[in-house]
Amino acid sequence: METFWYAVVTLMLAVYVVLDGFDFGVGIVYPLVAKTEADRRAALTSIGPVWNGNEVWLIAAGGLLFFAFPKAYAAGFSGFYLALIIVLWLLIARGLALELRSHVDHPLWRQFWDVAFIASSLLLALVFGTALGNLIRGVPLNPDGFFFVPLWTDFMTGPEPGILDWYTILMGFTSAAILALHGANYLAMKTDGELRARAAGVSRLSRFAVVGLVTLTLVAIPFVQPAFRHNYAAHPIGYLFPLLGVMALGAAFEARRRHWDSAAFGASSLFILAMLASTAWGSYPNILIATTGPANSLTITNATAGSYGMQVGLWWFLAGFGLIIAYQVYAHRAFWGKVRLGPH
Amino acid sequence: MTSALFYDRLQFAVTATFHYLFPQLTMGLALLLVYLRGRALQTGHEHYHEVARFWTKIFALSFAFGVVTGIPLEFQFGTNWAKFSNFAGGVIGQTLAMEGMFAFFLESSFLGILLYGEKRFSRRVQWFASLMLFLGSWLSGYFILATNAWMQHPVAYTIAPDGRLFVDSLSGLLTNPWLVWQYTHNMTAAVVTAAFVMAAIGAFYLLAGQHVAHAKTFVRTGVVAGAVATALMGFPTGHGNAKQVFEHQPVKGAAFEGLFKTERGAGLLLVGQPNVETMTIDNPLVVPEALSFLVYDELYAEVKGLDAFPREDWPDNLPLLYYAYHVMVGLGTILMSIMGLALLLLWRGRLFRTSWLLWILMLSAPFPYIATTAGWMTAELGRQPWLVYGLLRTSEGAAPLVHSGNALFTLLGFLGIYMLLGILFLFMIVETIRHGPGPSDVQVTAHPVGEAA
Repeated sequence: METFWYAVVTLMLAVYVVLDGFDFGVGIVYPLVAKTEADRRAALTSIGPVWNGNEVWLIAAGGLLFFAFPKAYAAGFSGFYLALIIVLWLLIARGLALELRSHVDHPLWRQFWDVAFIASSLLLALVFGTALGNLIRGVPLNPDGFFFVPLWTDFMTGPEPGILDWYTILMGFTSAAILALHGANYLAMKTDGELRARAAGVSRLSRFAVVGLVTLTLVAIPFVQPAFRHNYAAHPIGYLFPLLGVMALGAAFEARRRHWDSAAFGASSLFILAMLASTAWGSYPNILIATTGPANSLTITNATAGSYGMQVGLWWFLAGFGLIIAYQVYAHRAFWGKVRLGPH
Repeated sequence: MTSALFYDRLQFAVTATFHYLFPQLTMGLALLLVYLRGRALQTGHEHYHEVARFWTKIFALSFAFGVVTGIPLEFQFGTNWAKFSNFAGGVIGQTLAMEGMFAFFLESSFLGILLYGEKRFSRRVQWFASLMLFLGSWLSGYFILATNAWMQHPVAYTIAPDGRLFVDSLSGLLTNPWLVWQYTHNMTAAVVTAAFVMAAIGAFYLLAGQHVAHAKTFVRTGVVAGAVATALMGFPTGHGNAKQVFEHQPVKGAAFEGLFKTERGAGLLLVGQPNVETMTIDNPLVVPEALSFLVYDELYAEVKGLDAFPREDWPDNLPLLYYAYHVMVGLGTILMSIMGLALLLLWRGRLFRTSWLLWILMLSAPFPYIATTAGWMTAELGRQPWLVYGLLRTSEGAAPLVHSGNALFTLLGFLGIYMLLGILFLFMIVETIRHGPGPSDVQVTAHPVGEAA
């Protein structure tokens, strides 16, 4: 049962990264591709009706983590205190930028919110990559199951790390590059004309950064978190996930070369899902790995919410999940196809 | 007063209070919008459609601010109240996760349709979307209040060997008896806020002589909804809440009323300032025996005062709790009178010509917000010194390793950001009001998507 919920929380987070990831990506590539006001409106309209729904996956994933593994939620959220509060502030800025930009017809107003949108999208992509880096590297949990990491210490991985070290910073840049690629793919799929062409161009360019950075992070993992080897050694079938990821990335590049916009977006989505699944496979059964010794790690067994709660949760989760798929498919289908701007 | 705990409490109080300014309007408006969009559909008049579109704009603004200020609350359970989350997550994790799964997705999907789908969807689909928004926002309120009701009156839990709590009956948690009065009282209050805001903007347009036809619908809808809702606030929901407080949390009830000493035939204190040192009330204005009667339906029933409880179980900010409670009840009474009078004049057909009452309606828009805030302060300050009533003290719930320097830094950040948000919201509302309800600026296409299937 715990394993099921571990998979569910991972899945919810992975779907979140794929969905909100493309609208972060749109924010990252926005200054590069949207040259005219019409481009900017088209780019924003492509994510306008769906970004809020995408963000809900984060809230739902957080809620499910709280529900299934409250101890890990309590430790993780208080331990990453500063980083999470900064995430909140960035999410506030980004949400307002998207909602308020069109409300006042004044070029300075729009410019202000454009900058807020770009900066918050880029910073969030960096911070979420850093967060994943922290989960891989581990945190200094004490025997009571709590920890606190400052923003940085000596920038080295080790028993007393900070939120930022060389590895987590690398992960941050990797995440920004991947989401830029993903967002460019989304924009190319949703728009026409020059905007589409520029988005496709950014997508082509970003592949060098993505391949380089992903290779570096993979090569670094054995030095940062040797424990990841164990699951892969014990169950080599897990290698399917990274393999799938590499194939999806190759497919994304190939689809881009052939101007198959939807296929390119589908492939970059699959790439993200596969890489996150690979991470979860390596980390299992740990939710938070301790740098202070494996005995302090929070796992699916010692952080659980109890068997009755997990069982009864299964019923409402399945019902809720079915409903979510129904609304999200309905909402995304309603805004299917290329963005068409009406008279403004 | 400079411990991390103090900043943790203040930060949660600030962020929760500020956040709730927005959902109370959206939840109330969601109900009124179902009505307005239903009228638009039923009559086919462009008039109701324009009214509904104007209020959808206000709804969307308030919703957006509600979303961005709501996320910090869910995070802070973990960031600032980690020991509480660890202790109670096995229970309240259920309701919080269910809120995400059942309410948030519903709201966000259908709001997108309502805001971006004007051209693509038929009016029937738009009405249906507003119904789903109503359902989503009221479900969200339900799950949050189920969480709060559990903190006020814990039910359906077992204690594990390591001291943490686990839920043992989901249906017990969702049907906590505390919820009945708390949910009805809270949701009625949301309708009161929306009704006052709607009537206030309508009154403004009438007094200014702008958008008169729309304004009459605003005022009519606001006054009828407001009169019904303010009446329900007092009886039965407010009365029911007060009775359950005296039954289950008598020390909180005594603190509400400023009742320091146990009395038979206790009076109802209308005015007076509590002095906690001497345990007396300055310049009291009391209705004799009324408190005993209201709580126990008997003039000479005994009501327990604060002296009947150990001092460490008293709510820790007694005067603030006392004032919050009195402000809530006092404003509730005033709001009820305003709406009652407005309804009477509306029925007599004189309201639109009675400019002094329109002035009062216009100026009273802030008061339901104050009353609601005071109501939540009553509930939450009254729960002190407990975080989970009788089970976990607030002092035992904070994150153990987040020190005061970090907590103060984020508190200051929130204060600054929220001040900007408040200014921005008011500015946007003023812009929307200045623009006013008007004819559609987008043409409805000949073949709306929703009709195709």
